[in-house]
Amino acid sequence: MIAMPPADQAVLARRAEIVVALRRIVPGEGVIDAEHERRAFECDGLTAYRQLPMVVVLPETTAQVVEVLRYCSANNVKVVPRGAGTSLSGGALPLEDGVLLGLGKFNRILEIDIANRCVVVQPGVTNLGITHAVQAHGLYYAPDPSSQIACTIGGNVAENSGGVHCLKYGLTTNNVVGIEMVTMDGEAVRLGGKHFDASGYDLLGVMVGSEGMLGVVTEVTVRVLPTPPGARALMIGFPSVEGAGDCVAAVIGDGIIPGGMEIMDRLAIEAAEAFVHAGYPLDADALLIVELDGCEAEVDHLIAAVEAIAARHGATSCRASQSEEERLLFWAGRKAAFPAVGRISPDYYCMDGTIPRKRIGDVLLRMKQMEARYGLRAANVFHAGDGNLHPLILYDANKPGELERAEAFGSDILRLCVEVGGVLTGEHGVGVEKRDLMDTMFNEIDLNQQQRLKCAFDEKSLLNPGKVFPQLCRCAELGRMHVRAGQLSFPNLPRF
Amino acid sequence: MTVFQPSDAAEAAEVVAWAAAEGQSLEIVAGGSKRGLGRPPRADHRLDVSRLAGIVDYDPAELILTARAATPMAEIEAELKAKRQMLAFEPPDWRGLMGGDGEPTLGGVLACNFAGPRRVRAGAARDYFLGFSAINGWGEVWKAGGKVVKNVTGYDMCKLQAGAHGTLSVLTEATLKVMPRPETACTILLEGMADEIAIPELLRALNTPYEVSAAAHLPASVARRSAVEGVAQGLGAVTALRLEGPAPSVAFRANAIESLLGHGLRLAAAETERLWAEIGQVRGLLPSGRQRVWRLCPTPTSAPVVSNALRAQFDSAEAFYDWGGGLIWLGLDADEAGPDGGASRVRAAMREAGGHSTLVVAPDDVRARTAVFEPLHGALAALMKRVKSGFDPRGVLNPGRMHEGQ
Repeated sequence: MIAMPPADQAVLARRAEIVVALRRIVPGEGVIDAEHERRAFECDGLTAYRQLPMVVVLPETTAQVVEVLRYCSANNVKVVPRGAGTSLSGGALPLEDGVLLGLGKFNRILEIDIANRCVVVQPGVTNLGITHAVQAHGLYYAPDPSSQIACTIGGNVAENSGGVHCLKYGLTTNNVVGIEMVTMDGEAVRLGGKHFDASGYDLLGVMVGSEGMLGVVTEVTVRVLPTPPGARALMIGFPSVEGAGDCVAAVIGDGIIPGGMEIMDRLAIEAAEAFVHAGYPLDADALLIVELDGCEAEVDHLIAAVEAIAARHGATSCRASQSEEERLLFWAGRKAAFPAVGRISPDYYCMDGTIPRKRIGDVLLRMKQMEARYGLRAANVFHAGDGNLHPLILYDANKPGELERAEAFGSDILRLCVEVGGVLTGEHGVGVEKRDLMDTMFNEIDLNQQQRLKCAFDEKSLLNPGKVFPQLCRCAELGRMHVRAGQLSFPNLPRF
Repeated sequence: MTVFQPSDAAEAAEVVAWAAAEGQSLEIVAGGSKRGLGRPPRADHRLDVSRLAGIVDYDPAELILTARAATPMAEIEAELKAKRQMLAFEPPDWRGLMGGDGEPTLGGVLACNFAGPRRVRAGAARDYFLGFSAINGWGEVWKAGGKVVKNVTGYDMCKLQAGAHGTLSVLTEATLKVMPRPETACTILLEGMADEIAIPELLRALNTPYEVSAAAHLPASVARRSAVEGVAQGLGAVTALRLEGPAPSVAFRANAIESLLGHGLRLAAAETERLWAEIGQVRGLLPSGRQRVWRLCPTPTSAPVVSNALRAQFDSAEAFYDWGGGLIWLGLDADEAGPDGGASRVRAAMREAGGHSTLVVAPDDVRARTAVFEPLHGALAALMKRVKSGFDPRGVLNPGRMHEGQ
């Protein structure tokens, strides 16, 4: 288990006083003090980690967020922001000595601007709620993390959430055009807007994916897109995962960017088929689902093109959806892959590395060897277009030592992802979960530079500390100039 | 003034470390084609990184290209074209506009967060910038991001580095996401619409599912300057919509757009390429002579109101629209624009619309006394300053290029 920073006893001693002060800012039920009520906030989607927060605050206005952060900043109280709590990396894990700042009451859609294709929402609106608000106008919000029914847009901004459609339509960062945020010292600022780009540094760009460590988002403006008139899916079986991977490379090499492109391995196919009966080929070692979307002329043209590519790459079966019901059925198994795996194992641990796609065969082979070493199985679902791998490690938390083995197995998988030229996380975030692996990707200078950015936003390191970085931030030290004497070496360096 | 020409990133880092220790500042240059963009350089020395060039890795099936910062755009574009791929953000060639003859490089395109007509559909350089190595103001070599298309490990420093005009770190190597080049393209030209009609029509077209990949409006006097015959020949204003993709799809969508907006003249693929390159390049479409050129990014629906306000302020104002109204290029006669390049009146016209404006073309003395980029105020300005200090506390890198002290 990864340790959180030790609690500040001086803050804990002042707990009652802090609760009173917060009640003055957020009246009524907006401050949650009773232990059994705080319990509801003790973890997010990374359920292996639990911590009761010192106190929970649920503000309703930006002015209240400003006041809460001003108070916490002045009194050196840590703050953990939280949306719906669906993070899979522990991004919203509370702190024993911290205020948990829930944005769930920020749940209103503020403006629908059809002509500019923008929707302005409060951060607690769900991802799918945005699409529901505009679908009557033939528009939708493109990023679609699998938790989209529950996860909030504020959380999506914090995590830069993806989904199955992001190869073609981008991640959250490519679809959010403006935010209002409050810094830890209680300053509200607006970044971006309905216009393209903005003056100065792209702070909006760096806020997206900052895992709640740079500021608290209080309003979000997203770009929505016209809904594609049609979509069809292909369900293609392969005798090996490498074969499926080669087919994906050929599709992209042929200039086709599908709306979605997913690979499942044998264990995932079996689990999903037993759960939803989607008609998945049980004789295949790998299943590739390719979805083409757009106008009818384009979809039919590309379906034929991908079918031909699949045939050339040794597909053992290939079915094209003939109706919307059938398309959704093809997806049903993939979308239910996590709960399906949940049926065959008491617990599972979902990983999220990205690799260069061409290394998929290699990586899965080494994962098989790891399965033997750790005595645990892993099912694989894979956003194949962008190389984002989701191994699901099967374990039983009630068996002593299995959780620790699953975590060690997961860490080894992520180290492998980095070793083959990939990264630790494609869309779930670093959070607590992968914090101590950051040095496999970054050296001390790289991490210091990231932390100096943190210092610019939150000098006292009070906002969501203990996440992402293995070392707590030491802003004073990082800000000092470490300059050597003014000797310029490289005598051969040309200068004019 | 010394000009340093390091041969690799380590040598470049040594120069920056020396400058930081000695309290010297550096202007970062590669091809120099965009030296005139931003506030004029006031650095003690020049760090010429043009030897940090060359494509390091290009893997078309992974949609990834890694190149050193000073790799010429021409080299990258030729490599991509050979594999039927492209940079989807369509970086425009501003040599004519900036009046320089330097070689545009990848580093410059990223530093300025360039985007061409496809911005409206596909985003800007920032949206395709996956990872990089750079040198901060201490002279430390650091890296961020990765060499895969999907990555959320650590802060997204690429976004900060893009558009920072070299004031945060010296870029040495960058990895970009590349995309397939569309099989074919066509442009529909609609004639004779006033701005107030044309912009809502462009936005209506962008709201259809027919995947319009560029949307511009050229008022009559601008359209007449076009080098594309079908555009210049008409009598009035020209409103242009581009469609790209597989041939059967483009044909279908072009018909669908025409049934919505009315029949127009169609440009085939080659003419389409010329027209949108010309729109991205700007220069040929605005009056020649002593001009101040502004780039305005209003909320798209406000664009016609902004240009009406500008025409009320300046007799010489000539403007055209790209990005469905989200971008206005404005040319002003230098004398009428006055000593601030027209800044106070341009920004007053923009105030209601939201958005921001940049004085792109003006002599050094004008750009020295005018806020070239939209001025920032209050808590936001203070935050930007702290960000700058987190990368370059001594102001070694391109001092004052963006704003005073930044």
